[in-house]
Amino acid sequence: MNPVLVKDLHYAFGDHVAVDGVDLSLEPGEVFGLLGPNGAGKTTTLRVVTTLLPAPPDTVLVEGLDVVRSRRRVRRLLGYVPQQLSADGTLTGRENVALFARLFDVPRRGRAEAVDAVLDAMGLSESADRTASTYSGGMVRRLELAQALVSAPRVLVLDEPTVGLDPVARSGVWDRIHEVRRANGMTVLVTTHAMEEAELHCDRVALMHRGRLRAEGTPAELTAAIGPDATLENVFRHHTGDTLEAGGMRDVRAARRTARRVG
Amino acid sequence: MSVLPAAPPAASAERSSPTGEIALLLRRVGAMCLVELQKLRHDRTELVTRTVQPALWLVVFGTTFSRLHAIPTGGTPYLDFLAPGILAQSALFIAIFYGIQVIWERDAGVLAKLLVTPTPRVALVASKAFAAGIRALVQALVVVVIALLLGVGMTANPLKLLGAAVVVVLGSAFFCCLSITLAGVVLSRDRLMGIGQAITMPLFFASNALYPVDVMPGWLQVINHVNPLSYEVEALRGLLVGTPARLGLCFGVLVIAAAVMITVASALLPRLAR
Ligand SMILES: Nc1ncnc2c1ncn2[C@@H]1O[C@H](COP(=O)(O)OP(=O)(O)O)[C@@H](O)[C@H]1O
Ligand SMILES: [Mg+2]
Repeated sequence: MNPVLVKDLHYAFGDHVAVDGVDLSLEPGEVFGLLGPNGAGKTTTLRVVTTLLPAPPDTVLVEGLDVVRSRRRVRRLLGYVPQQLSADGTLTGRENVALFARLFDVPRRGRAEAVDAVLDAMGLSESADRTASTYSGGMVRRLELAQALVSAPRVLVLDEPTVGLDPVARSGVWDRIHEVRRANGMTVLVTTHAMEEAELHCDRVALMHRGRLRAEGTPAELTAAIGPDATLENVFRHHTGDTLEAGGMRDVRAARRTARRVG
Repeated sequence: MSVLPAAPPAASAERSSPTGEIALLLRRVGAMCLVELQKLRHDRTELVTRTVQPALWLVVFGTTFSRLHAIPTGGTPYLDFLAPGILAQSALFIAIFYGIQVIWERDAGVLAKLLVTPTPRVALVASKAFAAGIRALVQALVVVVIALLLGVGMTANPLKLLGAAVVVVLGSAFFCCLSITLAGVVLSRDRLMGIGQAITMPLFFASNALYPVDVMPGWLQVINHVNPLSYEVEALRGLLVGTPARLGLCFGVLVIAAAVMITVASALLPRLAR
């Protein structure tokens, strides 16, 4: 069974089409990267997968469950880290994680141990009793991973997990993701607009541009098809005629306009 | 790494019986209320600074107007009359701020993360209502102490004090959920701030908090009839300083108003995450 299955997904905000016919089928245990510039529709796709945005029945399935009809059961299977740094700064690291343990019914017996274990796995044991407002960006991201992992999700959904982090913090985050995945076999669906990172850390990637997928495969397959020394950056340009930056700028402006109109 | 919890089976048991559903709801409300308490514990200075305003109302406005004898309170000293009104007002000012907090949580991604847990929306809203109630009770305590220092004759009957606490929590729950509802309608912090400011003062002045209903012009009396703040003040006055009050009616109005508002706010909450 595919941990995540998306069939011809369309999503529009008013008359602005954000996702325009996306198909995804993830394999158990893989790290699948959704790559594209700002405004490509990555976050919107993830928000449908995570039940935050509505989808027509039978277009999006998580572990075989429809995200619309079995919303609650799907949520039980997911760990989600949104794009913003979203740990609660007024709570300690431990309180942040314990909340999610309770919200996912981690049994009272062994709950404290589960919280400790996941904090330890994310390298946060030392700072667990400080309020999260004192954490660095990389620590907050690892805390959010701890929150998402304490329920032992089948599918971990990460939206730009390393954006805004320095290189050391980035590799810290990725190392933890790989360790946990090796240990418990969960599937990871991750978005990024950093092509080098995708090349390094994803088993398979899909390139997304203006709401559509333009190419899909392992990073090695995709780059080999373009040329001997090609990077995913070259692959992206080849399939979209666009650079990440160019795509990014235009869509950021569009997003600002939208924000003004909507906000 | 082996100590990390193992993944649950794909179709892990989802309780769908009505009792299971209620048990889940109660567990979630409990979990969310617990973090609200933890937040308050880390945020004690705010709890204190927020008591300055009600203190000023009582000490400055209250004592001055007592001397003027301008407001006919039917024999009750004006400070006694005013103290329950200020108590209700401070609860209102705290509660109306929760919609802004929810929008802030939306902008920070906190709300989205909570919405992707197996938690009924009503539990998220109910915990905010609870937190507003707890904050209001802390303030209420301060107001009561100041009032006692100023010589207000307050009841010492524990049942009446408990009743007053329930009234404060119900009123806070209503205004907190009203604020979350408005947040779910306007969706932006700036607009909500504007609306919050535009409605709190009218709610306050179109209530019996500062003066009795009889002295109001007719149109204001009409507004006063549909203003839950007035029922809150009437109940508090009856319980704390012993003025005549329709306690059954007041409790009824507050319970129904709070229940309706929690339901409406829960229905609008997912709009914020779109
Ligand atoms: N809440 C929203 N309302 C209106 N338009 C939106 C909203 N969220 C995203 N969009 C628009 O949808 C498009 C895709 O956005 P998004 O999925 O966030 O892209 P990405 O995550 O790839 O940067 C963008 O053009 C963006 O402006
Ligand atoms: Mg995004």
